[in-house]
Amino acid sequence: MTTITRRYRFCASHRLHAEALSESENNRVFGKCNNPYGHGHDYVLDVSVTGELNATTGLIVKLADLDHLVNTEVLSGFDHKNLNLEVAEFEQLVPTTENVVLVIAARLKKYWRIYFPYSSAWLSGISMQETERNSFEVAIPRPAATDSVKILNESVIVNA
Amino acid sequence: MFITRKAEFSASHVCRVDSLSEAENFHIYGPESHAAGHGHNYVLEVTLEGDPDPVTGMVMDLKELKDILEEEIIQPMDHRFLNFEVPPFDKVVPTTGNLAHEIWRRLDARLGGAHFNLSKIRLFEGPDLFVDVTRGLAA
Repeated sequence: MTTITRRYRFCASHRLHAEALSESENNRVFGKCNNPYGHGHDYVLDVSVTGELNATTGLIVKLADLDHLVNTEVLSGFDHKNLNLEVAEFEQLVPTTENVVLVIAARLKKYWRIYFPYSSAWLSGISMQETERNSFEVAIPRPAATDSVKILNESVIVNA
Repeated sequence: MFITRKAEFSASHVCRVDSLSEAENFHIYGPESHAAGHGHNYVLEVTLEGDPDPVTGMVMDLKELKDILEEEIIQPMDHRFLNFEVPPFDKVVPTTGNLAHEIWRRLDARLGGAHFNLSKIRLFEGPDLFVDVTRGLAA
């Protein structure tokens, strides 16, 4: 079993503000991040995939397929966007980096099979840096066999 | 306790399967399949797990680790064309995954003792792509 990690980057703005809290509580909890105009970060996103190396190709998954998944389902909707206003999940959810990581993980898991019908490899981790001084990471367990759609013969990678 | 040592080497390679067409190879590997080859600055992180020796206070003498990395990895691979000069990559596609496993095999044969074992290697092909091989999951 091998894990490959690919790094992506995006820039986005956000404002940390919880509707359930008063103005002063928001200010106390989120401090500068509660600025009503928002602020932005250069996020660094590491996506990890775990699986067997294909005996013929030496690949776990085709990297172009991983790029296609991450670009289509995440980056196109996040890069140079205001997360609070332009990413549906954050209409009701505070876009802390913890929540951004969980939203990205959920999106990648939701669409995984569409991009990797040929592979039993799974999304095993997401790690994200909000700035160089803080990072957030989730480990994702291997899905139960019943969760996965029928896995095609891995040799399909050659013809996919 | 885990201790990690870093080493760098630069090498060229090409990722293609001879039995496949040019178009199929490009479909699978993208520009990595370009026949004339290209190169990377690989960065290798080698992690040992163990307890400090009660006498020396060291998990492993890092000078000795450096020498083993030099012999097994740097000398044979640095400034080489992997497909032509470093077996088994005359027969095996030198993807980052296969290269990481070959490095694991070479190092695991040389590292280990009463107090420590090779725990993990992380091989960066560049700043935006790396492969981990971890003991217990390596097979």
